[in-house]
Amino acid sequence: MLQVTDLHASVVDADEEILKGLSLSIGAGEVHAIMGPNGSGKSTFANVLLGRPDYVVNSGVVTFDDEDILELFPDQRALRGMFLAFQYPAEIPGVRPWQFLKAALDARREYAGEKPLSVRDFSKLFDDKVEAVGIDPDLVKRSLNEGFSGGEKKRNEMLQLEMLEPRLAILDETDSGLDVDALRIVAEGVNSLRSPDRSFLIVTHYQRLLNYIKPDVVHILVDGRIVETGGPELAITVENSGYEQYITAAMAD
Amino acid sequence: MTLANATGEKYAADFKALTESRPVSDWMSELRQSGWDHFDSIGFPTARRGNELWKYTNLAALDQGKFGFQFDEPGAVEPDVLRERAPWSDDWSTLVFINGRYSESLSQVSSGDGVQVRNFSDPANSESLRTNLGTHAAVDENAFSALNTAFLVDGGFVQIPDNREDTSPIHLLFVTTSGGSRAIYPRTLVVSGINSRSTVIESYISLGEEGGFTAPVAEYVLNSGAGIEHYRVLVENEESFHIGTTRVYQLDNSTFTSTSFALGPKIGRNDVHVLLDAPGAECTLNGLYLTTGDQHMDNHISTTHAKPNGTSHQFYKGVLSGNSRAVFSGRVLVEKDAQKTQAFQKDLNLVLSHGAEIDTKPSLEIYADDVQCAHGATAGHTDPEAIFYMQARGIDEVTAQAMLMRGFASEIVDMIGVDGLQDYVHGVVEEVIPRLQAAAD
Repeated sequence: MLQVTDLHASVVDADEEILKGLSLSIGAGEVHAIMGPNGSGKSTFANVLLGRPDYVVNSGVVTFDDEDILELFPDQRALRGMFLAFQYPAEIPGVRPWQFLKAALDARREYAGEKPLSVRDFSKLFDDKVEAVGIDPDLVKRSLNEGFSGGEKKRNEMLQLEMLEPRLAILDETDSGLDVDALRIVAEGVNSLRSPDRSFLIVTHYQRLLNYIKPDVVHILVDGRIVETGGPELAITVENSGYEQYITAAMAD
Repeated sequence: MTLANATGEKYAADFKALTESRPVSDWMSELRQSGWDHFDSIGFPTARRGNELWKYTNLAALDQGKFGFQFDEPGAVEPDVLRERAPWSDDWSTLVFINGRYSESLSQVSSGDGVQVRNFSDPANSESLRTNLGTHAAVDENAFSALNTAFLVDGGFVQIPDNREDTSPIHLLFVTTSGGSRAIYPRTLVVSGINSRSTVIESYISLGEEGGFTAPVAEYVLNSGAGIEHYRVLVENEESFHIGTTRVYQLDNSTFTSTSFALGPKIGRNDVHVLLDAPGAECTLNGLYLTTGDQHMDNHISTTHAKPNGTSHQFYKGVLSGNSRAVFSGRVLVEKDAQKTQAFQKDLNLVLSHGAEIDTKPSLEIYADDVQCAHGATAGHTDPEAIFYMQARGIDEVTAQAMLMRGFASEIVDMIGVDGLQDYVHGVVEEVIPRLQAAAD
């Protein structure tokens, strides 16, 4: 589904590369986790996949369903089924979650050649999901993410994930700043959406989210490259002994 | 006379012709003359040096004698055209003025509950018209107040009786049609009785493409405990000059809540001054201005707290694109006696192009020592973080930007508490957003 080959990327107008030849491959239905120390390029990678304009890709290839996506706008990538749950979701003043999701879902359905949902059908779906994700119904009457607590923002990301049903969901440190209850909600959301044709890429610093979402594959990212790939047990290893050995090895290269 | 230029001569001739062809009662005739005398002595405020009040707005284009008073009868306007183009509801009491002249056939006023909603010349008007007209927007207020007074013919007079509770809207609709570079002088006087409630809408629209010059003056008087919900809608065409003067006089515990919407004319000015002249008065001045092309919109908003325990808010928002320019010059004056005053000022702007310019100058001038005041202003482009966030959900950049603009504007539009009016303004905003976007960087 997602194929990343020798990806090099940096911040716009900066010389130093953050991603220095990252390669990985995610098959349909797989859950991958990327773990790594601070500054290893985890968030950069997640954002580059969706085409955040703050980054520039210097070389490498990224295909989604065998289509080269690096020339596509972020919204075109999203319409093809990619989704990024943001580490720091932007505040959207004056736009209510309802309006926002209606616009997003309409765009997606139009791309798929489907008619937009009627307001009534959309409202029902929306209300059901709001309840399922455990969001305070008063919250979704406010401007999107404005004045939301960290946990509320993350729940709201999960609401969007559930509404939009992407084929590849990238979770950028969704666990950071969450208490155990919120963590469980995120995990339940992901687990309920797991299916043979939907994949996940979970970017995290800590192993704890992976107690709730069992990954098929774990990658260790250090200094812009994947230095180790393994099964779920790799996350436990990192939890017990830290990233030090990988950093030392990467430095020695 | 002192006005030696083409404008001066033309206006002098117009004034002379007006006094002969459009006679009014003696007291109004005297008021006219005082207006003319004042305008004649000062002319348009076109000086570019030391002219602090007009620092950002150059009226040279207005001072070339192009516009003049038109003595023809106002052209016929189909009622359906008004319903389509102007804010309108059959549930409102509406006085319609076409090119400054009252149109009885287009107006519809529901009678009852003792409210007077009439043209100035109506013989049934109470003495209150005479005692209040020109008292709060005096002829020496500014050149436009003087000019408007000099050319007084028709106008909307609204008298709200004491203790009135009904707030079904009263609408004063001033329409400009094409033809003959018209100068029109809409005039409004609203006097609200003790503990009364009312909703008053002033709107200014043009039906043609030709530019005119509109210089409205509106006076609002709020007696003890009175509450007025006020709306001012400026949707004249892009060639228009619109220099509006609003003066509000508030007595104790009265509440004036105003929302202004301005779609930039060629040169526009919304000059508002509120005097809180008794304890416990409260005034809220909100506004939204949208400018593009070469439009210029100047919001000159000022509040004077003369007595204690008053509260005032000024909250304006602007969206600017193209090579347009807007001004927010907000002033709050807290006089020595006005202890326990609370005053807040805010002006927020979305500036979508490098060619656009906002001059925002909120200022507090405080002479009392026990007050709570705050002000702030911002100007910025649509947030790229927000755009990317929306794109990452499949919403394209243009749609995302439009949603942000709509969201920005909605904070003011949503304050409009009259359904039909909110829908109208909302519709205008929707129409304008693509034009603002087309002229954005």
